[in-house]
Amino acid sequence: MSGPSSGCGFLMSVVVHGDLALSEQEKELNQRLRSLYPAVSDQETPLPRSWSPKDKFSYIGLSQNNLRVHYKGHGKTPKDAASVRATHSIPAACGVYYFEVKIISKGRDGYVKYMGIGLSAQGVNMNRLPGWDKHSYGYHGDDGHSFCSSGTGQPYGPTFTTGDVIGCCVNLINNTCFYTKNGHSLGIAFTDLPPNLYPTVGLQTPGEVVDANFGQHPFVFDIEDYMREWRTKIQAQIDCFPIGEREGEWQAMIQKMVASYLVHHSYCATAEAFAKSTDQAVHEELASIKNRQKIQKLVLSGRMGEAIETTQQLYPSLLERNSDLLFMLKVRQFIEMVNGTDSEVRCLGGRSPKSQDSYPGSPRLFNSPVHKASSSQTYQTSTYYIHKFFFSASIGKKNILQKSGLLHQKKTFLVPKSTCFLAAEVEMEVDHFSNGVSESSSNGFLNGSSTHGIDLEELDSAQSKRQLCGGSQAAIERMIQFGRELQSMSEHLRRERGKNSANKKMLKDAFSLLAYSDPWNSPVGYQLDSIQREPVCSTLNSAILETHNLPKQPPLALAVGQAAQCLSLMARTGSGSCAFASVDDYLH
Amino acid sequence: YAYDFVLSFVTMQEVTATSRHYVDRLFDPDPQNVLQGVIDMKNAVIGNNRQKANLIVLGAVPRLLYLLQQSSSSLELRTECAVVLGSLAMGTENNIKSLVDCHIIPALLQGLLCSDLIFIEACLRCLRTVFISPVTPVQLLYTDPTVIPHLMSLLSLSQHTQEYITQIFAHCCKTPEHQTVLFNHGAIQNIAPLLISPSYKVRMQALKCFSVLAYENAQVSMTLVNVLVDGEQLSQVFVRMMQRDKPIEMQLTAAKCLTYMCRAGAIRTDDNCIVLKTLPCLVRMCSKERLLEERVEGAETLAYLMEPDIELQRIASVTDHLVSMLADYFKYPSSVSAITDIKRLDHDLKHAHELRQAAFKLYASLGSNDEDIRKKITETENMMDRIVSGLSESSIKVRLAAVRCLHSLSRSVQQLRTSFHDHAVWKPLMKLLQNAPDEVLVMASSTLCNLLLEFSPSKEPILESGVIELLCSLTQSDSPALRVNGIWALMNMAFQADQKVKVEIVQALGTEQLFRLLSDPDTNVLMKTLGLLRNLLSTRPDMSSHGKQIMQAVTLILEGEHSIEVKEQTLCILANIADGNTAKELIMTNDDMLQKIKYYMGHSNVKLQLAATFCISNLIWNEEDGSQERQDKLREMGFVDILHKLTQASDPNLCDRAKKAMQQYLA
Repeated sequence: MSGPSSGCGFLMSVVVHGDLALSEQEKELNQRLRSLYPAVSDQETPLPRSWSPKDKFSYIGLSQNNLRVHYKGHGKTPKDAASVRATHSIPAACGVYYFEVKIISKGRDGYVKYMGIGLSAQGVNMNRLPGWDKHSYGYHGDDGHSFCSSGTGQPYGPTFTTGDVIGCCVNLINNTCFYTKNGHSLGIAFTDLPPNLYPTVGLQTPGEVVDANFGQHPFVFDIEDYMREWRTKIQAQIDCFPIGEREGEWQAMIQKMVASYLVHHSYCATAEAFAKSTDQAVHEELASIKNRQKIQKLVLSGRMGEAIETTQQLYPSLLERNSDLLFMLKVRQFIEMVNGTDSEVRCLGGRSPKSQDSYPGSPRLFNSPVHKASSSQTYQTSTYYIHKFFFSASIGKKNILQKSGLLHQKKTFLVPKSTCFLAAEVEMEVDHFSNGVSESSSNGFLNGSSTHGIDLEELDSAQSKRQLCGGSQAAIERMIQFGRELQSMSEHLRRERGKNSANKKMLKDAFSLLAYSDPWNSPVGYQLDSIQREPVCSTLNSAILETHNLPKQPPLALAVGQAAQCLSLMARTGSGSCAFASVDDYLH
Repeated sequence: YAYDFVLSFVTMQEVTATSRHYVDRLFDPDPQNVLQGVIDMKNAVIGNNRQKANLIVLGAVPRLLYLLQQSSSSLELRTECAVVLGSLAMGTENNIKSLVDCHIIPALLQGLLCSDLIFIEACLRCLRTVFISPVTPVQLLYTDPTVIPHLMSLLSLSQHTQEYITQIFAHCCKTPEHQTVLFNHGAIQNIAPLLISPSYKVRMQALKCFSVLAYENAQVSMTLVNVLVDGEQLSQVFVRMMQRDKPIEMQLTAAKCLTYMCRAGAIRTDDNCIVLKTLPCLVRMCSKERLLEERVEGAETLAYLMEPDIELQRIASVTDHLVSMLADYFKYPSSVSAITDIKRLDHDLKHAHELRQAAFKLYASLGSNDEDIRKKITETENMMDRIVSGLSESSIKVRLAAVRCLHSLSRSVQQLRTSFHDHAVWKPLMKLLQNAPDEVLVMASSTLCNLLLEFSPSKEPILESGVIELLCSLTQSDSPALRVNGIWALMNMAFQADQKVKVEIVQALGTEQLFRLLSDPDTNVLMKTLGLLRNLLSTRPDMSSHGKQIMQAVTLILEGEHSIEVKEQTLCILANIADGNTAKELIMTNDDMLQKIKYYMGHSNVKLQLAATFCISNLIWNEEDGSQERQDKLREMGFVDILHKLTQASDPNLCDRAKKAMQQYLA
């Protein structure tokens, strides 16, 4: 999705969605892998999705998206054995990993030896069947034996042949492996497995063909049921974890954590009551807590202008010393203006939607992940506000669109008349837009480029009830003006303190809201969600607390963060139980 | 304990005194004092078995029951009485016996007619505790026919009534009659919705109800498959209850329900919910991780599930190393537990027999059809030794299961020739046959039949061990199964046996017994007896001793109302007789018999025609003395014409046989 760099950076983010035309199968695969292995980070440790065309012996042929394996050697002696590994090793964070292989053909008759299905480490000789060498494990179809890093097998299960589906399950919690045949578990085959094994198959007979299923299709064996058992086991282990003789301390510690959390988030009344009933001292003056509470309330209800003002009054030097924080608050203010909730636009007559008026819930323990818009969705987009912004921001060069990279990327920009909501101004602005585009396109519209395979939805879909800046023209003007101020503040900051990519992205994302006729339902619309006030609020709160020499994070959040960090450390060091101990499960 | 006893002796008087005080207060004229007395009594007995016993001895129960039943008593008092009685029932089995002797059950059942929920719940809680005790006769639930429908109607009142009532049903449904009573009063419709109750206890007890209702009951099972719970099929509800994160008790009971429904014919054995869910679930129940009780139940249920189905047997035999997993059932009490932990040893000892018999049962079921599985079983560590020692264990259950296992494996020609002989299994088997209950005898003698097959190397040593007497005595048993097995074993023994053995058999059995068996009401017995006769009379029999009687018997059967198979067998005997020198005369001089043979040559059943023709062909065989006279006589009687006609028969065997006979005349 990254295009050529452009002179007008913030437009880049407009071009977010519909990046790849994923096949149905891939979609299903992604979905299944996500639901089977939610703890796996695909960036850090990608899951096996197919056989590797690079990590195989020459007698192996691959087809059908590298899922089908066939043998093309002579198959006369064991020296003709050939294996292939999957693209990636099995991440420990799977907890329980499973794949299946269907025997499409056991190969020509008269060849006694045939396939092995199993696991091997990186670097194990591929001119062999899985199981024959060190760090290699296999279950062989001809005799039903299991081979555990040895040339001689042990009786293990039944033989298998054409039409059978053989599954291989790796338990990364106790480092064992069992196989399945046609959906029936055959029992433990290997114990004490090393980490980082790759799914592997080996063939040895001309005509042998097998298909792998790494999650492309539903599995024959009910692996979810097996995972349920282990999830229950791990959770029981956690629940029954002995606290030991420090039980009294334990309770006091928890009470302390809760109290500090309440104070941190300025729930003064609750904090007071709690401290009283648990015999604790509060380490901050009540007035100070109340001040912070006031500011937080403003931020959480979207009244950023007032929040900034109040902060400046109560903590005069805070924002002066911390220009990045101020910038962040201002960007949020801009977003709230678009939202129609900021005090500055509200007083201009903008009617803010009630649901946005006040903050609905209490702050979360820690920042919830940003919900990224799915890239395959289609949006009605309008460059209307971008335009207005461009031209009135006096950058007004005619080739601005090319420069911005919009046209280079041939992305979809539709400005259908029917979707524009400020009826009075629309005609003019659309014309304006058309003018801008006409240099590169014969009509005023650029239709979706087929290379990106975006389906264009019907354009008369339901209009959002929410209106930009609460629907007031004056408020929009104010917002635009504020945006310009923000832009210059950003430039000023850059000159003074050098580039700051976080700030740059923040501004870019915020401005991108204007690229859509319905910003709330756009790929960048998540910014308008009131949940996004939480990180702003907690950053500001932490900054205030820091000036008072108080911890900028409550111990409770710290503990939660530590637990999450521990889990990812476990994933990296190969402890599979992290898969079934998500911190989220314990935060109700 | 001794110390405890002394202490109790010292304090006994004191305790009795306070106990008496509690009882006395039940007779106070002021109802308020009575109520307070009952409440104090309640607090005093909780968790105190001695106090409970004392109060019972001092006669508190009849008084409490009286107060409970009196309509003049306040509802509060009546409820407290039910609570105290429930508490007393929680004590020892002796307590329960005393309560039942005081007619607590009808009194509490009567109480259920009251409209107050709290009181009803207290009564039900007490009833539940009484009924789930092994000392309470379950029949007491069914004496009054209005009780079951009333209990059904109380199911809707509260989660407590649901829990107690379903628990009562689950414990008191022990016979097909009980199943029918409950079924007829709408148990299925009333209990099915409880399977998705928010209370785990209710769900669990409801599930247990279905397992006892469906057991060997086709009517219930057939109804169950069509029941919907919240739009979902019952079998699917059971499948969900078998998910691996559910409590083991629930998984196991749900698997039982599906097993019983399957065995009753309501679910096919190839249904996914059996093959992919129930069977693997039961195999998991056999694993080392499970409690000993669960492993016993799991193995027994699995054995029952797959008994009639070879495909399930094959799948189970490769699932999770079941065959070797079962070997572990024989390792209790383990040597470790003996030293380290007395409690554990006690526990292991208690379950050791149960584990062994369950494993034998499961092996028997696994190996009942498939030769490869039998091989796998016999190759399991020390398997044959275990069976051999199982045959002589003190527990009848283990002996029976061991012999069932042996019987299952004895269907394998391969095993009879190898492992059975190597381990001399016939020895303990013979011992078992000397003195055992009928159940064991049936299995043991049936196994013996297989061991006496001609290719079995055990046949010789068994013969030498004086088995004939024993088998003959079996033929005199009242049990048809034992008679069949006895005569069957003799039949196998006589097959191609030495003349010496045959004589021994005839002498031991005696003609009288032989004739008794020929008129046995059980066709199976008759068939095997004829089989025995046929084997005895093959190879040119000498009929000098019993010729007349045998001819009589043959006539009798040919004249009687018998199946084709019986008559065919009889004609074959006749053909064998016709093959012996002296015996030929017995037939030739018996015109009646010859007429019968003639009749069967013209019978509509080819088998009988063939057997009769065989008979004639033996009589007219050329190379033997007096063949000319016999040929002449038979020609006179019109046999040649019949034979001639039969040469045109459509059945090639018959046609061939007739032609060969005709050649005797032409030669």
